[in-house]
Amino acid sequence: MSELTAMTTANGQDRKHTISILVENKFGAFNRIAGLFAAKGYNIDSLTVGPTEDDEISRMTIVTRGDDSVIEQIMKQLNKVINTVKVTDLTYESFVERDLALIKVQTKTDTRSEIMQIAEIFRAKIIDISPRTVTVEAIGSEQKVDAIIKMLKPFGIKELARTGRVALKREFQGEVN
Amino acid sequence: MALQKDGNLNPHNRLMTGAEIFVRSLIEEGVDIVFGYPGGAVIGIYDALHDISDIKHILTRHEQGAVHAAEGYSKASGKPGVALVTSGPGATNTVTGIADAYMDSIPIVVFTGQVALKLIGNDAFQEADIVGITRPITKHNYLVRDVNELAATIKEAFYVATTGRPGPVLVDLPKDVMASKAHFDYPKKVVMRSYNPHVQGHTKQIVKAAELINKAKRPVLYVGGGTILSNASEELKALARKARIPVTTTLHGLGSYPENDELAMGMLGMHGTWYSNTAVHYCDLLIAVGARFDDRVTGNVDAFAAEAKKIHIDIDPSAISKNVKVDVPIVGDVKHVLRDLLPLVQTLDTKDWLQTIKQWKEEHPLRYRNGKHIRMQYVIQRIGEITNGNAVIVSDVGQHQMWAAQFFKYIYPRTHITSGGLGTMGFSLPAAMGASFARKDIPVVSLSGDGGIQMNIQEFATCVEYKIPIKIFILNNGYLGMVRQWQELFWRRRYSQVKMSSPDFVKLAEAYGCPGFRAVQKDEVNDVLAKAFAVNDGPVVVEFKVVKEDNVYPMIPAGMTWKELMDVPDEELKSVKGETPEIEEIMVLAKG
Repeated sequence: MSELTAMTTANGQDRKHTISILVENKFGAFNRIAGLFAAKGYNIDSLTVGPTEDDEISRMTIVTRGDDSVIEQIMKQLNKVINTVKVTDLTYESFVERDLALIKVQTKTDTRSEIMQIAEIFRAKIIDISPRTVTVEAIGSEQKVDAIIKMLKPFGIKELARTGRVALKREFQGEVN
Repeated sequence: MALQKDGNLNPHNRLMTGAEIFVRSLIEEGVDIVFGYPGGAVIGIYDALHDISDIKHILTRHEQGAVHAAEGYSKASGKPGVALVTSGPGATNTVTGIADAYMDSIPIVVFTGQVALKLIGNDAFQEADIVGITRPITKHNYLVRDVNELAATIKEAFYVATTGRPGPVLVDLPKDVMASKAHFDYPKKVVMRSYNPHVQGHTKQIVKAAELINKAKRPVLYVGGGTILSNASEELKALARKARIPVTTTLHGLGSYPENDELAMGMLGMHGTWYSNTAVHYCDLLIAVGARFDDRVTGNVDAFAAEAKKIHIDIDPSAISKNVKVDVPIVGDVKHVLRDLLPLVQTLDTKDWLQTIKQWKEEHPLRYRNGKHIRMQYVIQRIGEITNGNAVIVSDVGQHQMWAAQFFKYIYPRTHITSGGLGTMGFSLPAAMGASFARKDIPVVSLSGDGGIQMNIQEFATCVEYKIPIKIFILNNGYLGMVRQWQELFWRRRYSQVKMSSPDFVKLAEAYGCPGFRAVQKDEVNDVLAKAFAVNDGPVVVEFKVVKEDNVYPMIPAGMTWKELMDVPDEELKSVKGETPEIEEIMVLAKG
């Protein structure tokens, strides 16, 4: 889906990009990258960071938007940061992505079962329950998480925590039938 | 006492404090001069420096002066400049100098003291988060948290500052780290998995560039500071002369190509020569060499050399296609790329093109009308004639800076030093001090306006104390001239806050303890210049009382195009305000 969007959008238009950055675990490294986006006025839709298989390296996944020239500059500027080891724009490749949301929804006795049904359809889990709330853990693509949030909104969302997108390049890049 | 020559102090035999490791690391890096200012957080480092004869320390009168001096030293010598300051205000005072070096890609390493590790974040006395503050204006910066990492960090700092696209690197040194002990073992080389700058250009791209050059009818070389930073003047000359391509330079490119050569066209851009801007407008191939299509060069980028194919050679990939789309980008060090390009390039038939440019030079030279009163252009032209290009001209920012770029013929690289990117008033005097330590063979001339000189005037004392033999020329028009020019041309002559008074600079020079001269009339200029160039044992101050309201031409107003290029207006050439015409002459200078 995402690579299709990337290919078909014309030049000069803003488009969502998922950029994966391997960065050294050094003092100030994350700040340098986040600060770069602020200093140059680039958008950040989401930013995640966490450890990788290599103790010295973390992976940041940044979802940003911009036209081709802005994205080109973002890639170049990220590469210029001394602590970055590798920068990949996943948008042009096939990639797997996940987003996790914890959604605390208001419940009444007559709505609880409906909420649980919705959670089930999305293969989400109920991880906490109280007389007035349930907390749903939803994992999936960004669109899937968007969709469950939209479905739960009418019940009243008390609190929401979302990780933002994490992504890896898909190893099998061929056509799948 | 030379530490490294003393067997008893063999580093492998004993533990050393962080401060000693710091000093030894600088010696290992070949640093022989440090500009700095002590304070509480670096008192241990200054103690370790005290007996070291290998490193000369210059005590400036302000930390900003120390950083500009390090920049001036680096620009004149090609070596990294080093500044050392204390924590808190010492560190924050370096910010302007660091930003200046960042904009102009100058390799300097700034060492700042820091409060002890356990106090960081506590709002301790003289604490400032200088690593956070300077993150966007350094190429890279470090907080050293373990004395065992100190030597490797210093090695890496110098490596990062001087390689790739050079730039300032800051190293923050907490007081307790510098007091704790470790074995000193200076690394032989740097291994960084995250930083490997490209030096060689891509062969395919170089071949493509050569094909474009060989097909060109009206090529222009547009040469920037990258050519000087990579010491590629000889390679540039070889290419231009072999292929017969005219050369225009940016402000920072001045000196990379000899301006007495027929292919030279002087500077381009907002205040560039009429003929270089016109040549760029009509060229069919623009070869950008270590230049970054800065807005002061391009004006409206869409109309800049719009019809021309473009080749862009730059060591920084992010400089390419940042402002202007180019046909053939080449990422690599200018020296290497030009060397690889040369054998692939033919001698072009540019006779007609060069003839056209020659005609433009005759019709639209740099010119001004000289009267009884002194014009800055005249002073600068005279300095050029007296020194024959054998001087380092360190300009400040404003009108005189542009005239210094126009009316001095630069022949050798690293003879023109200025604050180009950031445009820092107050740069010239301390930068000239630094340059003076790098160039003892030729005169170093600091040019400032009355505004700029008052921004770092405290460095008079440094010049006197160390007998730094620079010529401090103050071109005093009683105005912030460039702002006044813009107010005149674009803000209906509403001169808001640009008129400025100054002290008696001659008396001030005397008060500081150095000779001071003044020229008020044009016929005094040669006399005071002769006196100033005769002083060789220390600084000399000369104030030139120059025409108050004068404008820099040619000019392309900001964001405009070649169509709006203004040559010197005819009325400017008719008479100087308030003077009788018979004593006037039109002074002309053409580059090339």
